[in-house]
Order: sequence, then structure tokens, then C-alpha cells
Amino acid sequence: MDARPEIDSVTGAETTGHEWDGIKELNQPLPKWWLYVLYACIVWSIGYWVAYPAWPLISGYTRGLAGYSQRETVGQRIAEARAAQGQANAAIAKASVEEIQASPDLLQFAMAGGRAAFGDNCAPCHGRGAQGAKGYPNLNDDDWLWGGKLADIQQTVLYGIRSTAGETRASAMPRFGQDQILERGQISDLAEQVLALSGNPHDAAAAERAKPLFADNCAACHGETGKGNRELGAPDLTDAIWLYGGAKADIVRSIETGRGGVMPAWAGRLDAGTIKKLTVYVHSLGGGQ
Amino acid sequence: MSCGCEAIFIQALMAQNAMTSLPQTLDPAPAPEAAPGIARSDAQAVNTQAGRALYAARVPIYPKRASGTFRRIKWAVMAVTLGIYYVLPWLRWDRGPNLPDQAFLLDFAHQRLYIFGLEIWAQQFYFVTGLLILAALALFLVTALAGRVWCGYACPQTVWTDLMIAVERFWQGDRNARMRLAKAPWGFEKIWKLGATHLSWLAIAIATGGAFVFYFRDAPTLAMEFIHFDAPAIAYLFLGIFTATTYVLGGLAREQVCIYMCPWPRIQGAMFDADSLLVSYRAYRGEPRGSHKKGERWLGRGDCVDCKQCVAVCPTGIDIRNGPQLECIQCALCIDACDDVMYKVGRPPKLIAYDTFRNLDAASHGDRVPIRLIRPRTVLYAGLLALVGTVMLVALSARTVLDVNVQADRNPLFVRLSDGSIRNGYNVRILNKLYETRSVALGLEGLPGARLSVLGMDAEAQPHIEVSPDNLRSLKLFVTLPREAAQALPASQTPFAIVVRDLTDGTETRRASIFRGPGK
Repeated sequence: MDARPEIDSVTGAETTGHEWDGIKELNQPLPKWWLYVLYACIVWSIGYWVAYPAWPLISGYTRGLAGYSQRETVGQRIAEARAAQGQANAAIAKASVEEIQASPDLLQFAMAGGRAAFGDNCAPCHGRGAQGAKGYPNLNDDDWLWGGKLADIQQTVLYGIRSTAGETRASAMPRFGQDQILERGQISDLAEQVLALSGNPHDAAAAERAKPLFADNCAACHGETGKGNRELGAPDLTDAIWLYGGAKADIVRSIETGRGGVMPAWAGRLDAGTIKKLTVYVHSLGGGQ
Repeated sequence: MSCGCEAIFIQALMAQNAMTSLPQTLDPAPAPEAAPGIARSDAQAVNTQAGRALYAARVPIYPKRASGTFRRIKWAVMAVTLGIYYVLPWLRWDRGPNLPDQAFLLDFAHQRLYIFGLEIWAQQFYFVTGLLILAALALFLVTALAGRVWCGYACPQTVWTDLMIAVERFWQGDRNARMRLAKAPWGFEKIWKLGATHLSWLAIAIATGGAFVFYFRDAPTLAMEFIHFDAPAIAYLFLGIFTATTYVLGGLAREQVCIYMCPWPRIQGAMFDADSLLVSYRAYRGEPRGSHKKGERWLGRGDCVDCKQCVAVCPTGIDIRNGPQLECIQCALCIDACDDVMYKVGRPPKLIAYDTFRNLDAASHGDRVPIRLIRPRTVLYAGLLALVGTVMLVALSARTVLDVNVQADRNPLFVRLSDGSIRNGYNVRILNKLYETRSVALGLEGLPGARLSVLGMDAEAQPHIEVSPDNLRSLKLFVTLPREAAQALPASQTPFAIVVRDLTDGTETRRASIFRGPGK
């Protein structure tokens, strides 16, 4: 066989000698610049193997002379970020929530931290925008079951409500229906009275019938006028905000079961600084007192 | 437009692609002298499309020095463009305390672009987009009028290549001396001449890269940092990148960038038409070409004496006599070279000249057509240019120095308060673009009965909110509508406006927003 490559008569280029059904492949050299870039890449990759982590071994991998490690870099960055926050965190740890709110720098830091901590810990029940849901209070409004001052909020976050912590805020509304303290008709009348207190459409005769019932069973906690009592976490029945709904059926169910939502204590789960940040954040949502 | 000009244009393009027309020549064997006193150059048009292959090494080009009108224009353009590039970052512009005094500064850290008296914030970068659109349209317009003017005169690649060639010529001499030196064996002369050339290129490259980084940081400060070797690492990185690109692209690659790397030659083929003024060889006048002996009559032959001076001066290594071609950057140096020769042989100049396809075609039939600068294409480009320019001017003149952004809370959309009133939250950002502290008061419009409060401010502080110079202030605004008013709202969304009043000059800025409620 002729050792010289065949020359294609049309293009004048060499062929590779490969032939498929009479179609021959031309042997066109690569453009030089392309070839040199390829060689440069190969040289570069060898340097890369030496300098950087490259080859997996049985246990571990070649670490490279440059000592680069993404994991360590992340660790370093986190440590740096922690160190950068250290001063502000130390200041937060020392200051009271009132002092934090009074200092613009600390406030800004606490707000940012509080927003993140709220998303991680509080949003599952209270919602991402703290808008709450049925049974979970809206933290944006000015209606507070247990008080809306900074200290009150801090206390609630620290120890929770009806939680397992010793210092927890706790109160229990009797289960007037389930424990057969009141009859169904009485509960229905009471519900009409509660609707009347908040200025909603109601059956005036039933509400009138329920007035003595309200004084005997409800006024101890909710007050004679239904204004509630924050010492006991008894909601204000005269305002426009309903934690468990303001329809008659909802009110009847509240009287029957006593409700009694639970919030966990966060002391022990979150550090004191984070709880202060959360307190300031919640206070700033618009309802803080 | 269907008057045969497309046909002419397509013919020209086909000639460019196929390169089928072989030059007619009167010479059986080329004489060393093209005409009395005019040496024939041995220059080869190495970059004609037929003459280059993708996998061949670059054939070096040694452009000869041209002199004439267009060379002078090119020197002037080079002086102006390079002058602007190197000097601009050093111009100062007083903006008051705590602000950069550099006339042109792109401050990434603070997201500001300072252009003399104008200051563009990151969110107003559409002004820069507008400038780029203007630049693109201007480019389209000049290309439609006179071909690759940008490539030939003002493109940085052309300007720096021109500068690098001038430096090369300064150390090594003109074309013939440079070719001799390239062929000569390595010796003292070759080493010092080439060394001096490359060192000069490198110095230019460093100055170019250096000037570039000055646009991003206070120039005098950065220059001192460079001297003391304590500039930020990123400055060295970009200095290095731009030094390398200037040296490689301007010094070494030169015309290869235009021929292989740049997309613009390909695009521009679609930008000019049969009426664009392009650097053209007037074949009807030049052919048949050939040597001209003393006393010989010019009758029955062309004016081209085939001296190849047009090829010798060409910085991209082509022969303009082959017609329009992608490799031609239309720098017009061949016009200068040819006019010189025509003057010497006593023929009229402009054998190579700015001409249109249509006119070349007409002239080959002994006809002439006028040059049409006003055509649908140029009118469209000019119209768009004027339109965008007007929009930019209006936008710039209406550019406020006090800007207000309002973003309504989306989660929750609204909050019901204990007394039944409805409250909406808004994030309000007030941008003070003046170099002095300003006091503003907030107000509402279109929402009767609504109360306004700012988070963290008591009622006395609210009417007097201070925004520091050249800065922005974020405020959390609560708008509360009493129960009755909220119930009276016709829909769940009520448009209203937040008004920011500048207390010093009383100007008011309104921002429309939406007040949301539970609806009916």
C-alpha cells in the first residue's frame, strides 16, 4: 500500500484514509491558535493538579501544594463573620432590650439578626410576615394577650405560654361546654353577648339573658366590661381582633373548649442575645407599646 | 430602493467572496520600476481571503509609512482619543467634602458613576444604557454614510496598533529596514532594536492598563499606592490584564484581531449599501494596470502603474484593488499612498478614493451618479438618534436631586388594629443626591382621615426628617385608616400618594402607592 496519504482532488487536502460508502474524510489540520490553546490548557491542568486538590485517593484526596480547601475557606469566612459580629453581639449581651432600642447601631444590628431568627424559629406558627393565623396571634397589630411592652415580649419569648418552663405564662379558660359547666343554650346566649361587646350584629334578647352568666363566669378574667386582663392573658373581647375567629360558631367553640394555645419557651433553645434581638424585632413590627 | 442597487451591491459582495476577477496586467514580467522614479514594492497582499488559511502561521506585515491627508487625520484622531483616555482620570471636579473630586469616576464600592457635574446612581444606570444605545446608533449612521469609519480611525484596536507600529518604526526604521532586520541573523543590532521596541510596547501597555484602573479609584491616590506597592490586589490584577491585552492585541496580534476575532466586520457588511462611501479602487480608471515608461502615452491603458504602494502601506495586508473585502478596515492610508504616486506620474489623484458602489458601477459605463447621503436608511438612523437623544436629554433634565422610592409591605398586606382601623406598612427610601443635608416632611394625599407615623420616631420628630448628603435614608412608614374610613373604601385597593416635601425649597415629590384593606 502506498505510504503517502491520498490527496483529495477537489480540495487538495489530505484524506485520513477512512471511507464510508465512497465518502472520504479529509484530514484538515486544526487551526494553530486552537492547537496552542489546547496545549496551554494541558500544561495548565498539570500545574493545577500539583497546586490544587485533584485526585481522589482511597481515603482522602491529594491536597495540592497551594493548600486550598473550599471547606476550610467556608469555615474561615464563617469565623471571620462571627468575629466581625462579636463586638456587636457582646454589646447586645450586655445591654437591656430598652438600651438596644435606644441605640441606632445596636437597633440596626438587632433588627437584622431578629429578622433572621424570626424566620428560622417563629415563622412556622406566626408566619413569615408575623401576620399570624387562626390560633396564632398576629404580631403586627396593637392587640396583645400578655402585653406589648419590650419587657412583656421578652418574657413571652423566653418562657413561652403554657409551656413546660417553670416561669411560663399560664392561664386556663374553663371548658364550659366539654366539662358541662354551662348548657348549650347558655353558651349560645353568651356568644351573643360577646358579639354585642365588640359591637357586632347580635341577638339583643339573648345577649341580655347572658349578662348575669357573663358576670358569673367570664368577668373574673375578661373583666366586667370584657376589656380583658393581660396579667392572665385574657383577651379583650371588645376589640376588632379575634384570635380564633369572630363568627358566632367560632365563639361558641371557644366557650365550649376553652382553647388555650401553647407557645414553647425559647430560653435554652436560643441564646439570650438572640432572644433580645427577637424581642426588639417583634416590638418594631408596628404594635410595640 | 429596488432600482438595481441591490444587484450592484450583491455583485460587489460576490466579487469579494469569490475573488474571481483576476487583475488585468499589461506587463508580461513585472519590471522593478513601476514608473519613472517609482519603485515597485514587493509587498504581498497576504491577508486576502484567498491567500490565508486558518492553520497557517501569521505572515508578518510591515506597513510602510504613508503621508497625506488621511494620515494626518489619523494622527489627529489618535492624539485626541489617546489624550482623552490618559488624561481624563486626572481631571478634578470639586463636589464638596467627603466626596470624590475626580471628574470621571466609576465608584463600584459606593455604586456611583461621576461624570463631571452629573452623578449617576446604580439604579439610574439606564442613563448609561441610553448612552450605549446612542453610541450604537451613531455607529450605524456613520457606517451607512461612510463605511467602517469607526474601524479605520477611532477603534482602540486601530489606534493602539497604529501607535505600536509608529513605535516599531521609530526603533527599526520603515518597511524595508524592518524586513531586513527581521531576516537578519540574531546579533547585537537586532537584539537591541527588537528589545527597545518590545520594551516601549510594554511601557505603553502598562500606561494603558494603569490609566484604565484610574477610572475606578481616585487617580492620584492610586498612583501613589502603585509607587509604594500597596495598591489593592484587584488594581494590580486589572493593570496586568490590560497590560497583557494591550501588548498582545496591539503589539503582536494587530490585524489578526480585526480579521479573526472581531465580530464587527461581519456585522458591518450588512450596515452599508450601494450608496455608502467606501474606500474603493476605481477599477474603471485604473485598469488595465501595468508599468509606465517615460514618455509613454496614457491612452488605452489604466492609471494604475501597479507599484503596489497601496499594498505596502496597508496595515491589514490586503490589496484594495481586489475590491471591497472583510479584511479592509478602511483606514484610507492606501488613498494617501496612491495619491502620492498619481501626483508623481502626473495623473489626477483619487484613483483610490471614498466612493459608492453605485457610482463605481455607473462610472464603469462612462456615467456618474450623485452621492446620496439622505436615504431611508440614514434618515432612519438619524431619526432614531435624535429620538433617543431627546429622550435622554428630557430624562436628564427631569432627573431629580431628591428621589423617593416607596415599597408597600406584602406580608402582611394590611393589619387590622384593635380599634378596627386598618394599617398598611411602607418602606420609604429617600435619596438625597445633593452634596448637603436636607430636611424633608412626609405627607399623604388622596386618603382622607389617614394617620401617618414613622417607626422609631415620635410625633415631634416626624415633620423634620434629615437625610445626609449624597446618601439615602430608609424609613418604615405606617399609614392607618380609622375603622369607618376603612369601611367606606370602595375597594380592597385604594390608590393614594406619599408626598415628600423638601423643607428648604418647598418642592414636593409624590409617589403613587396602594392602600390595601379587607374590601367589601
